[in-house]
Order: sequence, then structure tokens, then C-alpha cells
Amino acid sequence: MRSVNLRNSRIENRKYAMKMSESIDGHFGRFGGRFVPEALVGALDELAAAHQAAMHDPNFQMELAELHRTYTGRPSIITDAPRFAAYAGNARILLKREDLNHTGSHKINNVLGQALLTKKMGKKRIIAETGAGQHGVASATAAALLGLECVVYMGEEDTKRQSLNVARMKILGAEVIPVTTGSKTLKDAINEAMRDWVTNVATTHYLLGTVAGPHPFPTMVRDFHRIIGVEARAQVLELTGRLPDAVLACVGGGSNAIGIFHPFIDDLSVRLIGLEAGGRGVSTGEHAATIVGGTPGVLHGARTFVLQDESGQTVESHSISAGLDYPGVGPEHAYLHEIGRAEYRAITDDEAMEAFSLLSRTEGIIPAIETAHALAGAMQVGKELGEKAILLINLSGRGDKDVQTAAQYFGIPL
Amino acid sequence: MPRTLTEVFAQARQENRSALIGYMPAGFPSVKGSIELVNALADAGVDIVEVGFPYSDPVMDGPVIQQASQRALDNGFTASQLFDVIEKSKASTVTMTYWNPIERMGIENFLTQLRAAGGVGVITPDLTIDESDEWISQTSEMAIDRIYVVAPSTSDERLKKVANATSGFIYAASLMGVTGTRSALSGSARELVSRVRKVTSLPIAVGLGVSNAEQAREIASFADGVIVGSAFIKLVLESPNEKEAVEKVRVLAAELAQAVRQPRS
Ligand SMILES: Cc1ncc(COP(=O)(O)O)c(C=O)c1O
Repeated sequence: MRSVNLRNSRIENRKYAMKMSESIDGHFGRFGGRFVPEALVGALDELAAAHQAAMHDPNFQMELAELHRTYTGRPSIITDAPRFAAYAGNARILLKREDLNHTGSHKINNVLGQALLTKKMGKKRIIAETGAGQHGVASATAAALLGLECVVYMGEEDTKRQSLNVARMKILGAEVIPVTTGSKTLKDAINEAMRDWVTNVATTHYLLGTVAGPHPFPTMVRDFHRIIGVEARAQVLELTGRLPDAVLACVGGGSNAIGIFHPFIDDLSVRLIGLEAGGRGVSTGEHAATIVGGTPGVLHGARTFVLQDESGQTVESHSISAGLDYPGVGPEHAYLHEIGRAEYRAITDDEAMEAFSLLSRTEGIIPAIETAHALAGAMQVGKELGEKAILLINLSGRGDKDVQTAAQYFGIPL
Repeated sequence: MPRTLTEVFAQARQENRSALIGYMPAGFPSVKGSIELVNALADAGVDIVEVGFPYSDPVMDGPVIQQASQRALDNGFTASQLFDVIEKSKASTVTMTYWNPIERMGIENFLTQLRAAGGVGVITPDLTIDESDEWISQTSEMAIDRIYVVAPSTSDERLKKVANATSGFIYAASLMGVTGTRSALSGSARELVSRVRKVTSLPIAVGLGVSNAEQAREIASFADGVIVGSAFIKLVLESPNEKEAVEKVRVLAAELAQAVRQPRS
């Protein structure tokens, strides 16, 4: 009975991959789509066409691959983490090292892709939102590399939490605009970037930093991050001779997670597990676990899961990690959750910080606090699956930017 | 029974003038205050009142409406307050709302309550026609007008599609940008209106950035409706108390009502 079901769902999922790659209107089941001012529809159509053309243009692909080889530092390596594995049920823990990319996180994959598209569309100015500052830094970097003007919107709260990244962006020549409306975090930075875009859309590309937003962003940003999973799948096969039992990644908007999940979607033996920010605990209401603790709604241009109240007002999220502190999530994750192909769990601030400390001390790798949520998830799942299991974890970023937050958390005097 | 949008525009046309449309968010500065403000608009000659549904993430709004919406939300705004304001409005009333609050309430529930309160239409600035199937069928069934916003960047082909989905009037954004007062009127409004005329016979109202009588007069010379929002709200934000706010809003509304009644050349 079970095997029949499995076979049926395998067929379903094969169809999924085909259907989704052909889904040019940007719907993932009932999720996704476009909920935007009419003023932006033309620009989104133009972008969708540029994205489709680029995906089928060997020259564009070569140009991007060359940049990744000579600038990003791709392919990123896989690191075995045996000492950390002792805290994860002795399962084999394989880390996909996106932290070693130039600028220190996976964000550069998407940024270089979109910055090249910006040039192809003949636009000279990019705007970006940023939470942790990683996407802002990556955007400022690409703008410097390709000679584009760059403005980054960042919640005032986050400019304080991540002041080092603010300085980095400025050094790179970008203008950083602190956003003082609403909760003064990532969601408000996105609002402000959208307002800028509506006003300046003729000259400006909005370089959105995750797989949220209106079509084509969720599809396009995913396509630029798929390289993570494509590389990792081949690397794990070569290293271990088989597919991993589970692939884990933290989920803010969901870009690093979809990037590593997507090439595994048709491998039904591989569990896909997204770790959301549980903050002080989902039951306290102070969290950013959008799929675990939210409801379907529309935010920032797409239908997806949202943290909202009874009357549809967005509820403020909470997380120790600025990059996960977002009350929405990419629509493709909402869909993967709904069809049961991926699982989502919440990791509290404390659990994440424990994993942060453990990886640092056992492997000599200081992860981003965002990433630490995925590592805490690996500690749970490793214990559940035992020592025969192989877990692939997306090490989405390095923790240099979080030293101040971590020092504060652990009471290390600065 | 409130007059329908079609009736309001027909009468304005008969009087050889533009209709005046005034915006106020519900629950700002208080529920009672917003009812008084809405009726001050109506008393001063505003033909259609647009009552805003305050929302946490108003991406189409500039600082003035953001501030007013936030104030309403901080005061504990609820959807029932919106319907209360609409019910007590003397003028024909439409609501302007971002999509998520409707989605959360459920389309049918929202429209049922809106109709019971006497609302005649809904402006949905972030609902594209491509996501509108259910919205179109339910608003048609309930005889509530659907007002979509078009922008200078909207292609002719797309204008035709949006116009086909619209009823009541078309909201033409005067410029590329968010709500807020502007000192000079953008030249793009006139061009957009003439492009919209080519694809529909619906009335066309121009909004975004209109703040004074001179601008209203100019728009009234080529459009069927003039929409003013931030300019009223600014007066409320600047007033020390609600009484003074109502007075100031009444004065500006009267000026604008006169401006749209200037004989057209
Ligand atoms: C290192 C790192 N990981 C993860 C994230 C979360 O984003 P996403 O869910 O889009 O991967 C961020 C965002 O800033 C980040 O900096």
C-alpha cells in the first residue's frame, strides 16, 4: 500500500518539477502570483522575459558561470563535520560551504545573476532591501563590480544590530537608507524598496534578495540559487556513493533553502527540511516561523504563508537573527509544505545559539546565526535518524557579522 | 439608498463638470473623527468619499497616508470600524483597500458587510486583474463596483484589459509613484487619460499628488473625476484637535468642489 502511494507521489513529483519549470505565470499551486500596483506590471513582465531569455542563452550562462568561477569562488566545497556530528546522533554531517563564497554567504549567487540581468535590460541603478545586511553587502559588491548605482534599504533596527555590514556597504560605495516605519526591520525595508521602485521603475531594477515577492522573483531567484543544490548533489554522490537522507537549510524568505532543495525534489528518498526562526518559541507569538506558525495570505506581492492577525494585518516577527526576522516566506515553500514534499520546523533563539557555539568549537567554523538554525535542525534530525544517516546542510553564511550579537548573548565582554 | 457611481458621474457630466472624490482612512484620527471628516467632505461638495482600510504594509502610500494608517492601527482599528464609517457616510462611498485584509476576511464576507453598510465600490491598488477571477465574479453578483488603478507605465494593450475588468470608474494614477502631495502636476496625467479614453467609455478619475484648487481645476479640464487624499490628511495631522481638523478639511474641500465646477473650455 505504502509503496503504491510512494510511486503515485513520485509520479506527482516528477510532474511537479516539469510543471514548475514551465510555470511561467509564477503560480505554485494556489500560492505565488502577482499582487502589485499596476504601475509595476510592465517592469515585472520585462524582467520575466529577461529571465526566461537568460536561462536559455548560452552566452549569459557562460558569463555567469565564469563570474562564479573567478569571483564568487564556485564551486563551494563540502566539509565533513565529524566532531559536530557527535551532537547530532552521530549521523554523517556534510556542510555545503556557501559561507566561503565571496561576501560570505549564498546571497552572491542571486545578486550576480540579477546584476547581469540589470545590465542586459539597460538599467543603471539597483535598489535592494536587507535584513542581516548580507544581501545588501552582496548587492553593493555586484554594483561595484559592474558599475551600477546602488541604494540599500535597511530597517533602522537592523542597522543597529548589523552595524558592521552597514559600514561594509558604504565602503563599497552604496547608499544605505535606514527605514524608520513600522517594525523598522526587513519587512519595512521591502515596503520602502517597493515605493522607490514604483517611482523609479524606468531606470531602476529592484534586486530582491530572496524567493519572496511577485512573479518572476520567486522563480528567478530560485534559478540563480539552484547551483547550490546542483553542485551539492553531485558532490555528495561522489563522496558517499549515494544520496543524502535529508537536506536541511534555514528559511527566512527561503532562498538558500530552495537553492539546495530544488535539485532534490524528484529524489523522493531525500527528506527536505526547512528550519524557521522560532524566536522565543512559537507558542509565545514572538517568532518568525511563518509556515509553522502562520496562515495563508498575501504579503509583498505574493500569496504565501504570512504572520498576520484576524483582520489581515501583518504581525511583527521576532528572531535573534536579522536575516530570518521576516513575517513572510517564499511561495514555493508554501507549496512544498502544502503538498507535503518538504517539512518545516521551528528552532528557537536558544537552540540556534547552542548550535552556533557547538559548530564553532567542534569544527572551527563560525556560522551565521541564520545558518545556526539549520545546524540546530540537524542536531534534532541526526538524533532521529541515527548514525547511518547522511545529512546535507546548507551552511548559508559565515558568522563574522554576528560576533557582536553572539558576544552579547554569551556575555563575552567587548 | 446611496447613489451608484454611475449616477454620480452622470450627474456631474450633466452639470458639465468633474466629480470630486475625497479620501480618508477609517479610524483616523479616531472612529468618531473619521466619521465627522467624511461628512465634512460630503457637506462641502465632495461627490464620492473614499474610505481607506488602514493596513500594516501600505506599499502604494507615501509618508502622509502611512502615518495616518499607522495612527488608526495603533488606536486598535478593526474592519467593523470601517463598515461603521461607511454606514454613517452621507455621500456615496467606496473603500480603498490593499488585498490581504479582504483575503483574510473572505471575499463574500467582506462584500456582504460592505453592501450592508451601503458601500458602492472597492478600489484595490495591489490586486492585478490576473489574480481577480473570484473577485470579479463575486463583485458582479453583489453589484459592487470594482475600481482598478492604471498607471502611466500601463501599456495600451493592458489598459484595455484592465478597463474591461473595471466598473464605476477607472482610477488613473497621475504619475509613477506613491500617494502624497506634489507641488507640480505631472504631465503624464493628461496623456494617460487620453490613452484610457481610447479603450473605454467609463468615467476616468485622476489621483496621486493632487493637493490644491489649481491642480484640481486643471485635471477637471480633461478628466471626469479628481481624487484628493494626502492633502486632506496633512491638514488633520497638522491640527491640534479634531474640531479644527474638521474645519480645515471643510474649507479645502469647498475650494476643491468649486474648482471642479469651473466651466470647461
Ligand atoms: C547567511 C544567511 N542565511 C540565510 C538567510 C535567510 O535568507 P533566505 O531564507 O532567503 O536564504 C540570510 C539572510 O540574510 C543570511 O544572511
